[in-house]
Amino acid sequence: MKGMSLIVRTVTSLVSAFILLYGIYIVLYGHLTPGGGFAGGVILACCFILLVLAFGKDFVDRIISERAPYLWDCVGALAFLAIALLGYYGGSFFYNVLARPGDYRLFSGGIIMPCNVAIGIKVAACLFGVFAALSIFRPNSEG
Amino acid sequence: MDPITILYFLISFMIVAAIVAVEARDLLSTVVSVSAAGAGLSIVFLLLGAPDLAITQVVVEVLCLVILIRAIVTRKDVTFDKRPDTFAVAAGLVFCALLCVACLYAFRGLVPFGEPRMLMARPYLLESLSRTGAANAVMGVLLDFRAYDTLGEATVIFTSIIGAYVLLRHVGRKAA
Repeated sequence: MKGMSLIVRTVTSLVSAFILLYGIYIVLYGHLTPGGGFAGGVILACCFILLVLAFGKDFVDRIISERAPYLWDCVGALAFLAIALLGYYGGSFFYNVLARPGDYRLFSGGIIMPCNVAIGIKVAACLFGVFAALSIFRPNSEG
Repeated sequence: MDPITILYFLISFMIVAAIVAVEARDLLSTVVSVSAAGAGLSIVFLLLGAPDLAITQVVVEVLCLVILIRAIVTRKDVTFDKRPDTFAVAAGLVFCALLCVACLYAFRGLVPFGEPRMLMARPYLLESLSRTGAANAVMGVLLDFRAYDTLGEATVIFTSIIGAYVLLRHVGRKAA
């Protein structure tokens, strides 16, 4: 799958870092501003898909290996489950063991921020993996 | 212009976009009008006070647009040529009319638009900041009060992605 023209590649190389930063912000501050793990994960996946579309699959293959989306998908799902099991320290499944009221800070939501990070990694990996699987096997096109 | 008028305009825009998506002869027009309906839905979410839903709707719509256009561009023939089936159209219209009549009777029993009963929502909204520490009450409900349902939703996404991987792998093996 080949990439696109010089203008697209230049703009993508300038802008993709900001898109990644925006997606990470939406994931991390999900308990204070609108967004959360799902929306932020989709934004991160869109950034990776932008890289594949602009630079071609061969270039991105050197950066992201074949097994990486599957691996990070499982890591995100298992991390979410591990945070849920951590709740047994507080008494029950998914109990918010780190909750403190008020504060409006990054760590003031208890387990909500780690859960958002786990879901963000999971959604980003799975959506990029589906796009990669769709674009590998294209028998009747040239790119 | 009050928000209710804008809401009616957007909902009728979405209905028109959906009808265009079904009846268009060209696959590219279909995909574009589906995405237009999705964009209208995102503005409806913003008007009704749901910014998390609006953000998620916009980015998922863009992602689906990219994947659908990738799927269309690789087809050899992108036009449709179908004869209208009069019995199917007539039966569809009759059932739509019956559904509208049934809905008119059923909606009389609901509370008025914009005044929800808030039996469960009121404690969640009042206690979200003090008990969970999250200012965003939606995240407080999704990931603290009702976190088990979010685990189920993550499982659903995981399973559907594994199904997509399995199906796409068979397509690749047959073509290679």
